Amino acid sequence: MTMAKDPTIDEFASMVAEAGPSREMNMIEAINSALDVMLGRDDDVILLGEDIGYFGGVFRCTAGLQEKYGKTRVFDTPISECGIIGVAVGMGAYGLRPVPEIQFADYIYPGLDQLISEAARLRYRSAAEFIAPMTVRSPFGGGIFGGQTHSQSPEAIFTHVSGLKTVIPATPYDAKGLLISCIEDNDPVIFFEPKRIYNGPFSGYYDKPAKTWKGYAEAQVPEGYYKIPLGKARKVSEGEALTVLAYGTMVHVAEEVCRQKGVDAEILDLRTLVPLDIEAIEASIEKTGKCMIVHEATRTSGFGAELSALVQERCFYHLEAPIERVTGFDTPYPHSLEWAYFPGPVRIGEAIDKLLSE
Amino acid sequence: MAKGTDETGSNRPKLALHVPEPRYRPGDTVDFSDLNIPEPGKQPRPDETAPAKDTYPLCDDLIRVLGDDHQAHGPWDPRLSPETLRQMLREMALVRAFDNRMYRAQRQGKTSFYMKCTGEEATSVCATHALAGDDMIFPSYRQQGCLIARGYELTEMINQIYSNKADKLKGRQLPIMYCSKRLNFFSISGNLATQLPQATGFAMASASKGDSRIAATWVGEGSTAEGDFHSALTFATVYNAPVIFNVINNQWAISSFSGFAGAERATFAARAIGYGIAGLRVDGNDPLAVYAAERWAADRARSNAGPTLIEHFTYRAEGHSTSDDPSAYRSAEEREEWPLGDPVTRLKRHLVALGEWSKEQHEAMDDELDAMVRAAMKEAEKNGILGHGLHHPFGTMFEDVFEELPWHLKEQSEQAIRERQIKWPEDPAE
Repeated sequence: MTMAKDPTIDEFASMVAEAGPSREMNMIEAINSALDVMLGRDDDVILLGEDIGYFGGVFRCTAGLQEKYGKTRVFDTPISECGIIGVAVGMGAYGLRPVPEIQFADYIYPGLDQLISEAARLRYRSAAEFIAPMTVRSPFGGGIFGGQTHSQSPEAIFTHVSGLKTVIPATPYDAKGLLISCIEDNDPVIFFEPKRIYNGPFSGYYDKPAKTWKGYAEAQVPEGYYKIPLGKARKVSEGEALTVLAYGTMVHVAEEVCRQKGVDAEILDLRTLVPLDIEAIEASIEKTGKCMIVHEATRTSGFGAELSALVQERCFYHLEAPIERVTGFDTPYPHSLEWAYFPGPVRIGEAIDKLLSE
Repeated sequence: MAKGTDETGSNRPKLALHVPEPRYRPGDTVDFSDLNIPEPGKQPRPDETAPAKDTYPLCDDLIRVLGDDHQAHGPWDPRLSPETLRQMLREMALVRAFDNRMYRAQRQGKTSFYMKCTGEEATSVCATHALAGDDMIFPSYRQQGCLIARGYELTEMINQIYSNKADKLKGRQLPIMYCSKRLNFFSISGNLATQLPQATGFAMASASKGDSRIAATWVGEGSTAEGDFHSALTFATVYNAPVIFNVINNQWAISSFSGFAGAERATFAARAIGYGIAGLRVDGNDPLAVYAAERWAADRARSNAGPTLIEHFTYRAEGHSTSDDPSAYRSAEEREEWPLGDPVTRLKRHLVALGEWSKEQHEAMDDELDAMVRAAMKEAEKNGILGHGLHHPFGTMFEDVFEELPWHLKEQSEQAIRERQIKWPEDPAE
């Protein structure tokens, strides 16, 4: 049951080398591949969720897995998020490693008591006699005309809970490696999948044709087993002018805006919000002296507030300008006006101009 | 105006909101003579693998074995050996002795909180006897009888209640929120009914592995109102999970009587009908009936015939907890007038009637058990009582949030230790 200690970065690199040949995958295929690899490696891994079995999930992330591993390892559930998370806690107590899917992050709220009061607290309250080694997968974020009940980014609810880890990938390669790390982790993890970039990176210019992952280096995904460590940010670009802290879809939007404006930005894709890679953040801000935080979630008490406080507390004497926070507005995600809500190129561009004018 | 019938509001009767009210309040004279208490031995016993619907008449009945003649009657008589009966009697009496001493310990300031289960001992002790030792128990907060029936050491229980330095849970949990993986007793949560879907999940896992272990869970009638109850029973019926749901209907949820969970309309056992699972309603103060019902459900689950909901009809003879004063909301006569008697007394009289026990033996046993509890308290007090400094080291506060300590908790841990050094510079070690 107990997994070996997390490998070092070098060990991760050699693991990737041994992970077999790569092929181009979009994020859905990469997630499917991670689940496939883990179902094959560990008989205790079990997948459950609404429509994930025969049908393969509304976003197809579990396509073909029931056929391959059988109905008792990959199965549909009643429409009850409380039940899905609750039975996953009990399965963990038995010794399984459940990977429940919540069909949309917006639907996770009926499961919150089981997540917050139970899964997140079980190790602590039982002095480690019982654990909840589950990975809750859920598509999150907007930009697909999902309206207010299929677009939310509730990550800050979970980062606020002691005992939960929160992980958000931004590329197919990371999605697979991070998901495998999450499944092998002995603590409960919230794994939010940015559904706007399931099929291709998103520049933020919604009126331009959608891109696929075709041709992107980050879409070259090894077929086999490899892990990306939790708690380590990815440096998307080296730069001197300012530091961008982002995750999920917003990594790509920020990257495109910086490219368009010709800004020499250092972009950090945080990948794991808890535990956070504070060392990478500090090192970058100490170098650039300027910090822009970008997330799609609503602003007030969003994860950007935590990032901003940390940067202020730890890097104040390196800062040359007030920290900029670029976020969604404090409204529900509106259907027809979703691009007015979305923190797109205009909002990001304005923040960059302010930072660089200081 | 919206389209509808032609009737206008003024012609229709006024709606009335019904807010349930218990029959008796403080000072009232209590009369339970209209409670339907059927004759023991008259309830039919379907085969354990019978279709669920064969149990539905029992959801409105009451399975009883022990009669006023102190003899066992009818098809639900589990025919237990005198040794087993004496063992169950001893454990129920031990639970009662333990409760009485711990209640006093709380009143003496040795801990913050305690919960007795007086009158309900059979629903945990005798039910646990019907399970295998490796079956998983997902308890609520009044199931100390399950732990005692599985042989948990009294000193360990008291260490937990005192949150002292020997507490296996490192002083993190409210008193009585026990946990023992060794005894297959899941960690108790203060959030009610969360254990129900967890028990279903454990049972599903066991079934998915082709194992033979089943799960049993307990919940008060009041918290059957939680959504978790519905989720748990839905999952249990969908996957035919090998799980037993014990609903302890002790009539009161703190000050709210069972009517606030729907008891004015239907029995709690009858909820099984809507889910298509087996349902039994049992006299919870009849140790033999409780054992028989639990054993029936365990055998059913183990033979892949599915889950069972058992309503244990009983009475909470004491307050909800040490923080509660039931004289503020219910009649003190209820306890005396409760028509189903006391489970310890009933089993004792049965054994005496069988010629397997005596009043003298019982008195000697009570004295022995009380001495045992007092000895365990003395032993536990060597490890400290709540608030007297003999707690776990400060650093342990940050352990087990995660498997490994992340940087932010490491920093906060250093802060906590620094605070202690500032406050007690003469004793910085802990």
